[in-house]
Amino acid sequence: MTDLSKIRNFSIIAHIDHGKSTLADRLIQHTGGLSEREMSEQVLDNMDIEKERGITIKAQTVRLDYTAKDGETYQLNLMDTPGHVDFAYEVSRSLAACEGALLVVDAAQGVEAQTLANVYQSIEHDHEIVPVINKIDLPAAEPEQVRAEIEDVIGLDASEAVLASAKSGIGIEDILEQVVAKIPSPKGDRDAPLKASLVDSWYDPYLGVVILVRVIDGVIKKGLNVKFMVGETEHLIDRVGCMRPKIEQLPELGPGEIGFITAQIKEVEQARVGDTITTVKGGATEPLPGYKEVQSVVFCGMFPVDAADFEKLRESIAKLRLNDASFTFETESSAALGFGFRCGFLGLLHLEIIQERLTREYDLDLITTAPSVVYRIQMGKSKTEPAGELMLHNPADYPDPSRIDVIEEPWIKAVIYTPDDYLGSILKLCQDRRGIQSDLTYVGGRAQVTYELPLNEVVFDFYDRLKSISRGYASFDYEQIGLRQGDLVKMSILVNNEPVDALSMIVHRDVAEARGRGMCERLKDLIPRHLFKIPVQAAIGGKVIARETISAMRKDVTAKCYGGDISRKKKLLEKQKKGKAKMREYGNVSIPQEAFIAALRMGEE
Amino acid sequence: MARALYIHWPFCLKKCPYCDFNSHVRDTVDHAAWEAAMLRDMEHEALIAGDEALESIFFGGGTPSLMPPALVGALLNRAQQLWGFAPDIEITLEANPSSVETAKFADLAVAGINRVSLGLQSLDDEALKFLGRLHSVDEGLAALDVAQNHFSRVSFDLIYARPNQTESNWQAELTRALGFGTDHLSLYQLTIEPNTRFATDVRRGVFNPLDDDPAADLFEVTHQLTEGAGIPAYEVSNHARHGQESRHNLTYWRYQDYCGIGPGAHGRRGDQATLRHKKPENWLSGVDEHGHGLRKERALSRPEQASEALLMGLRLAEGIAFPMLSERFAIPFDRLIDQDRLTMLRDLGFVWQSNERIGVTSRGMPVLDALLGELVNSELVTA
Repeated sequence: MTDLSKIRNFSIIAHIDHGKSTLADRLIQHTGGLSEREMSEQVLDNMDIEKERGITIKAQTVRLDYTAKDGETYQLNLMDTPGHVDFAYEVSRSLAACEGALLVVDAAQGVEAQTLANVYQSIEHDHEIVPVINKIDLPAAEPEQVRAEIEDVIGLDASEAVLASAKSGIGIEDILEQVVAKIPSPKGDRDAPLKASLVDSWYDPYLGVVILVRVIDGVIKKGLNVKFMVGETEHLIDRVGCMRPKIEQLPELGPGEIGFITAQIKEVEQARVGDTITTVKGGATEPLPGYKEVQSVVFCGMFPVDAADFEKLRESIAKLRLNDASFTFETESSAALGFGFRCGFLGLLHLEIIQERLTREYDLDLITTAPSVVYRIQMGKSKTEPAGELMLHNPADYPDPSRIDVIEEPWIKAVIYTPDDYLGSILKLCQDRRGIQSDLTYVGGRAQVTYELPLNEVVFDFYDRLKSISRGYASFDYEQIGLRQGDLVKMSILVNNEPVDALSMIVHRDVAEARGRGMCERLKDLIPRHLFKIPVQAAIGGKVIARETISAMRKDVTAKCYGGDISRKKKLLEKQKKGKAKMREYGNVSIPQEAFIAALRMGEE
Repeated sequence: MARALYIHWPFCLKKCPYCDFNSHVRDTVDHAAWEAAMLRDMEHEALIAGDEALESIFFGGGTPSLMPPALVGALLNRAQQLWGFAPDIEITLEANPSSVETAKFADLAVAGINRVSLGLQSLDDEALKFLGRLHSVDEGLAALDVAQNHFSRVSFDLIYARPNQTESNWQAELTRALGFGTDHLSLYQLTIEPNTRFATDVRRGVFNPLDDDPAADLFEVTHQLTEGAGIPAYEVSNHARHGQESRHNLTYWRYQDYCGIGPGAHGRRGDQATLRHKKPENWLSGVDEHGHGLRKERALSRPEQASEALLMGLRLAEGIAFPMLSERFAIPFDRLIDQDRLTMLRDLGFVWQSNERIGVTSRGMPVLDALLGELVNSELVTA
């Protein structure tokens, strides 16, 4: 076991692209965790999606042995946390397992909203924060200005901020020294009953479910019978270890230590983030505070393009869920899309990640319907049914409007941080999305604006719009603040006079017309010309509120066709047939699957 | 079996930027070696599919007008020995309207050519330059004049729907062309084929092809003007006075058998598709080693043949005789043609149907490929 005073547990807070992963790699390399040869770029992000998008989805830790200038060897546990708001709960559990954090700020970009949100969260956990100004060797680096920004905006003392370049290996030693010197060692009692926090869990095909734990009190070791206090299940620990980042088995994990355990668990659902692990015999009586049930915030339907893939989709979703208990699914059937699943997600990014993994790792072609939030509907009684409450997460289940007394929708508090050049457009965007401004603060050349916004306006395409109008500079973070009543209606989209159920959505009456017009215009571009004119309409009930027409195709013919060209022509037919297999037909109109996805991602307005 | 013979001459002086046909530029061509090889390839084909007299022969390319007339004569003599000629056999040769080639017309006529298809392509010098042609309008018209003196039947090609071409511009060009007194015209819309210089040009933004809507307008104008002049469209891009249609090409479109010899030539022998080596040198060495230039003989399934017959037949204004096709391929009509789509497309005025035949209307022709995708029963298509 390691003496508590020689342990440092810390995370890295950074905005996307500010160099978190590179810095983590550099720290691992510097302390000898991996040789140069073994370093594949960004060791900690395991999944392809994580690497490509530069985001972290699952929390990871790596244990580093560092011999400091004082001659002592320290056990440093570096926790890599998910950086996105969708995974805020996972972040909070990861942060709770640490005593401090490195705040990495890009010397050219400065502080971003996401950084702010995470740093405040870190401060809430009483973390000691070590500022690092990264990428100082960039031509556009302005370390002094960023130092001032950290002090002004966040209110941290940045006088001793490390000037670093993870890429070039500058300042790495200084960072490690500051971790040892500034971040407090954990507290804990080896002799108290076991209390370990379940930080994260994931499915490994060889080891089963791997659980990342932080031991608070007591000792966890192989052969111990443990109890998950919230999950109320018991398991026999069969493996204890840490990552360096290669797996290393250990005899035990003592107080203050972070590491992993396995206990022949088959599904991550049984190892819920935030649970408390204790011993079956003589265990703790009270779980650690802070456990929350995960709740799906955004819903959408996922259907196989090829109906024959339904079983494959079911299996794939079930497999993914083995590794991610935070999304939910149930069977759904749609008149046009056939059988599929209604899935619930932590947020839009989470939705995209699952969608991408299904497509990529399981080789499935999917049609994804409009993302929707959960509405609470109070229904008056009808002749046949009593009054009641309905939690609506699928526009297809929208009840008879005459029975609706009240509809409530979830709202969020959004914090947007932007160079003030873009402030005007951002305020307009928020206003257009029914936002209510609650705060606006200017800091240097930047502004921080807080808005209350209906979540349904945000799931639509808010983030894309925000990025586009601020040329990528504005950053955004949010938290949910409960349900509020709204004048919400169901808008249907009709193609060639047939409603396309997958495109119907619930919108506020005030924005319905604009949204409907946008959808129709978008679809006009997305649906290829047919042999006849196609009206595309948006309607509320029987009332058409927007209309576009796709004009008929006028030319599609092979001009020259003699003997030898038959094979080529036949390929054309084959291509047409393949193309059709990827389309859905509504009223004789073939709609390509891209149209469903793109129609809902209204990039430009 | 086959009553049509196609002979491919793969050489050109220069590759045209729009052309994706099997054409090659070579400094020298050993005509004696080519004559010998062509004869062997022909003999091989006649051995398999030579039991009926030929009704048509077509020299295509490449630029077959670059062939020495004596070579053409030798091939025709041998073909006559092998197959025999029907009394009114049509023997067409594709010709470039350059002065050098025009000088051969008299000898080609003597060799047996009785129909010429002249690659005039445009009546506008600027356009000819854009199309990468080596001749001028004056040269082209002179060639046409000579051709009309030597051959009983003359056709010529024009390429329209060129970038920025206006309706009035094309109307004037076509009206002039209709005044030349030929009974057959091939009028092609310019299409940008992959792996051509034009495809590269378009990708690099050197020029933009004409949009579909104006191109469709030009197609309509073409059909009106030719119809008015008494040489209506009998195929998507081919126009003829009644009885003056290209019999050889009708063989393809009516999905009858044809032999194809020379590099890259395709053929159909009953339920077999034949394909010859494309590259001239490979074809030559193939003939040398095996006595023929065949690269592949592939059996076509009945559904495959049926789909080909539909693809080709519906290009013709006369359409297809569906009871005959059903019988030929032993596939019931409703499995040849998607009946729901047929009804829909008939109601939309794209397709006509009589007791025995269905066909595409002149309104439907410019969108034929889309119609085929709807009409041809997907069971016939492997995808």
